[in-house]
This record gives sequence, structure tokens and C-alpha cells, in this order.
Amino acid sequence: MPNSDAVLETDALTIRFGGLVAVRDFSVRIPRGSIVGLIGPNGAGKTTCFNMVTGFYKPTEGKILFNGQDITGWLPHKVCSAGIARTFQNIRLFHTASVIQNVMVGARVRQGTTWWHALLNLPSFWKEESELREKALFLLDAVGLKKLADEESGGLPYGAQRRLELARALATDPTFLLLDEPAAGMNPNETQELMGFVKDIRTRFNLTILLIEHDMRVVMGICEHIWVLDYGVTIAEGRPEEIRSNQKVIEAYLGEEYVRDA
Amino acid sequence: MDPKYKRNYAFNGIAVLLLVGALFWSRGNLDGYKIQIMNLIAVNIILALSLNLIYGFTGLFSLGHAGFMAIGAYTCSLLILPATYKQTMFLLQAPMWPFSVMHAPFFVAVIIAGLAAAFFGFLIGLPVLRLGGDYLGIATLGFAEIIRVLANNMPRVTNGALGLKGIPSYSNLWWNYGWCLLTLYVMVRLVRSNFGNALKAIRDDEVAARAMGINTFRYRLTSFTIGAFFAGVGGALLASLLTTIDPRMFIFTLTFNVLMIVVTGGLGSITGTILAGIVITVLLEWLRFVENPITFAGMTVPGVPGMRMVVFSLALLFIILFRHQGIMGRREFSWDWLFGLFRKRREA
Repeated sequence: MPNSDAVLETDALTIRFGGLVAVRDFSVRIPRGSIVGLIGPNGAGKTTCFNMVTGFYKPTEGKILFNGQDITGWLPHKVCSAGIARTFQNIRLFHTASVIQNVMVGARVRQGTTWWHALLNLPSFWKEESELREKALFLLDAVGLKKLADEESGGLPYGAQRRLELARALATDPTFLLLDEPAAGMNPNETQELMGFVKDIRTRFNLTILLIEHDMRVVMGICEHIWVLDYGVTIAEGRPEEIRSNQKVIEAYLGEEYVRDA
Repeated sequence: MDPKYKRNYAFNGIAVLLLVGALFWSRGNLDGYKIQIMNLIAVNIILALSLNLIYGFTGLFSLGHAGFMAIGAYTCSLLILPATYKQTMFLLQAPMWPFSVMHAPFFVAVIIAGLAAAFFGFLIGLPVLRLGGDYLGIATLGFAEIIRVLANNMPRVTNGALGLKGIPSYSNLWWNYGWCLLTLYVMVRLVRSNFGNALKAIRDDEVAARAMGINTFRYRLTSFTIGAFFAGVGGALLASLLTTIDPRMFIFTLTFNVLMIVVTGGLGSITGTILAGIVITVLLEWLRFVENPITFAGMTVPGVPGMRMVVFSLALLFIILFRHQGIMGRREFSWDWLFGLFRKRREA
């Protein structure tokens, strides 16, 4: 691990929906600047963990520390302005808005001027709006969508929508990025590109990245540390090669076949 | 500055001058009935634009417009009615202080009317904007009904069911179209700013908007309050235009008319709202003939009062069934679009 300074620490996060314990005692410590993964079979509680960290669910027990600050129970918009951004498993774009508008909405959280500045036609408002536009174009360029800036986002092909969602998340100036199945629905070529891209944005934007992924090539290829969930319980954690040979993980998730092929 | 912006500013200026010219012309050449229709067009556009901000752009299904209009109409009327006149008009009970003595010039009265409506919009928004979809519709509908019942049962403020009569008719083409232009300016500025992008984002996907750091409740409340302000302004102008108001005027049908304009024009299109505002206001008057007895091929069909609204409800039904995005959908008119059209034709 690069250094011992942790961006995110969770302490025994537990969430119950009625009688069902969706996640039990989820404790992680994510070092600054790392790319780490969260894997497990469907319904294991991975996205639930994301939703707790980003404020969509309030954990029943446990604590979430972001840069040492307790953010347990914060509302999603506050979590985002603290510096945590995310993408969604089922792409959630603002589909009636243009590509660039999607990214500008992401940048809104860092915008100082608001509606009454717009009404008064203040120079500061125009200056900031054009700066945001520049920033949005820069990010679209980074994900290779600059040419499509004025297209309606709902009409983009699937892969482009995923990249747009990433650009939108980056527009919030995060220090910690959560990616929920970024490679879902991508072909091997696109997946390969994505791996390079994720590594690239980590250094370019000084990010720490946590991703959920089912594609083991991605997970084993770029993650430095992996946690494995099964039925809401963390059954293993460690470096990729440790996970690959962990008997419990093989039984619960990877399967004998994967190990034989690898 | 971008030469395109300069050109657009110039054309906006020309459009406003043309409107002023048209108003001058109609003042000299049209009869009182037609001028009244023109006034109603302006007021209806103000009301519909404010509802489009709430419903079309922010996605808040609100049915409380009649309530905000009532607040605006009563506030403005009580401010512009002379104090002595109020004393004689309030037959049931003497007017309560400060309503008995308060007075303000028309422009100020309209602004205060808008602020009063906005204040109530803010208050009602605090609890109900946490609701979504249909529940919000029901809650705001209830709010409008409460305002109407209060107007009926507070004779010391509103003169009860008798209503207010002899309201000075300051409202004319200049005031109405002036306010209409101001509303248009505010809507265009809001919707085109990044604040407007955020409103539309909340409409498209609230969960994603929250994840992007947008305090959705605050944005909804702001949009709702601004919408309520202009609904109050519209109500104030309408009161001075009609010179008589009473609680029965502010029943659900009033909200329905505004909603019809917004839906016909296209949810989330300012251009559509303006077009539909003109068409529907004119049709509402023109269709009065269906309420008169009609002789057709030797048969006489007796006139049915309220037939107009049946025709309109059917029309709305057809719009929703066959063109639910309205006249414009979410598209907008722009000078860039217009000039692009000419360029294309020249190239062809």
C-alpha cells in the first residue's frame, strides 16, 4: 500500500431492513491514492455499502470516517460536497439534458453564484458559468466525449453513457470516487480501455477509488486490495493473489472453474 | 463579446420594440373587448410560465395555483382600494386593521402581492415538498381550497362571500405586458443558468441529483417559491383587470385553465407556454359561441352554459392521448435556430 494515511475508514457498519441484516460489521480502511475493490455474489450487499458511504442509507450501527471526519448519517448532497462522488450500477444520467449540461450539474456543487446572481446579470455569474463550461469541456475531453457535448445524453451509446457518468462524477471535484460496476456491459476492448482510464484518472485527479466489479480481469488487474462480501459478511480481504487462492472466496464466489482457468 | 450574443441582444431589442409598437397600434385600433382579450393573454402567460417553472422544469406536480392567485389578488386589491371606499364596501363587518388603512401605488402593490404569495408558497412548501408526485398534487390542491374557504370566512379581511368590488382598474396593456416580459426574462435566465440545469436534473433523476451534491429540497423550495411569486403577480394583475373578485372565482377551474396552457404548450418549454397562452386564451373567448343556441339545417340546438369547458377538456384529453409532449415538447425558440434555418435553405 502506498502509505498508511486512510481516506475512508468504516467501523463495523451494520444495516438492517426490518429483520434482515443486509450488511454486518463492514470494516474497511482505504489508503489514500489506492484503487481498491469490493466483490461478491449478487445480493451480497456491495451496493448497500456504497449507499451507506454516500449517505443514501443510514447505517443501523457503526461509523464512517472520511479523512478522519465522522460523516455517518450525513445527507447525500453533503457527502458529495465533502468530496465523495459515485456512479451507479444502472446508469443514471439526466437523460433530457445535453451531455455538457450533465457535467455542469456535477460542477454545480462547487459553484458560488446562484439563481439571483443570474437574474441580476452579474459579471461574476457570467464569469463563473463560462469557467464551469470550460471545466466541463475539459472533463469531456478527458473521457473522449468532447465532440458530443451538445447531444442529448439519453441518446448516447451505452459505453459513452458510462463514460459521461464518470465525467459528471469527476466534475464534483472528488477526492474519493466510488464506481459501481464500471465495466458492466462492456466488451473486452472497452474493458481494457477502462482499466487504463481508471488508473489514469487516479493520478491525474489525485483520487482514491473504490470499485464494485464482477469482471475479475478488471478487479484482479487494477485493484491493490480487495474485500469480499457474501450475505452481508466480509468473508475475506487482501491483495488480489491472496483473494484468488482463498478457499472461502472460491467456494462462495469465484468457483473452481475460475481458479483452474487462471 | 461573442458576435452571436451581440446579434441576439439586438434581435431581442427589436422584438420588444415590435411588441411595443403592436401595443400602441392595438390601443388605437381595437375595441375594448379585444383589448381585454389581449390583457388576458398577458396575464395567462405570466401564470402559465410560473406553473411551468414548478411543474415543467422542476417536475413538481402542483395544483395550488388558484390559491397563490387568490392571495395575490386580495393583497393587491386591499392595497389599491381607497380606505374610505373600503369602509363603505365592507357591509358584513368593518374591515380589520391594517387591511382597513393600508395603501400603496399599483406597482408596489403588485410586488407586495407577489411577495405575499411567495411567502405562503414557502410556508406550504416546507412540509409538502418532501412529498413526491401525486401526493404533492393532492396536498397543494388542498392548500388552494383552504385559501378559498378562508377568503370566504374572513369577512373582516376579504369581505367574505361578497368579495371586493370597484377595484381601481390600473391594470392595462402596458402593465400586463411589462410584467409579462419581466416574467419571461426571469424564466429564461433561470432556466438557462446552471441553476436551471440543476432543476431539470432533479426532474430527470432525483437520486442522481442528490449524489451530485444537489440539495434537492432547497432547489425545489426555491423553484416553488419563485413560481408562487409570479402566480401572485398574475392574480394581482387579474384583480385590477376585472375590478371585481370574490372567493368563488378561485375554484379549481382557474388552476385547470393554467395547467391546460402549460400542458398544451409543452412541459418544460417557455416558447410552448407563450404560444399556448395566446391560442387558449383566444379560443376560450371565441368558443363562447358553442354556449349560444345554434340553428343548423333547420334544427335549433339550445345553448348549454359550460359547454366551452367540455370542449376544452376533450381537447386536453386528445392532446394527452396523441401528443402528450404538447406543441413544443421541450424545444425552445432561439435566434440561433432561426438563422440556422435560413442558412440551411440558402445552402439547399
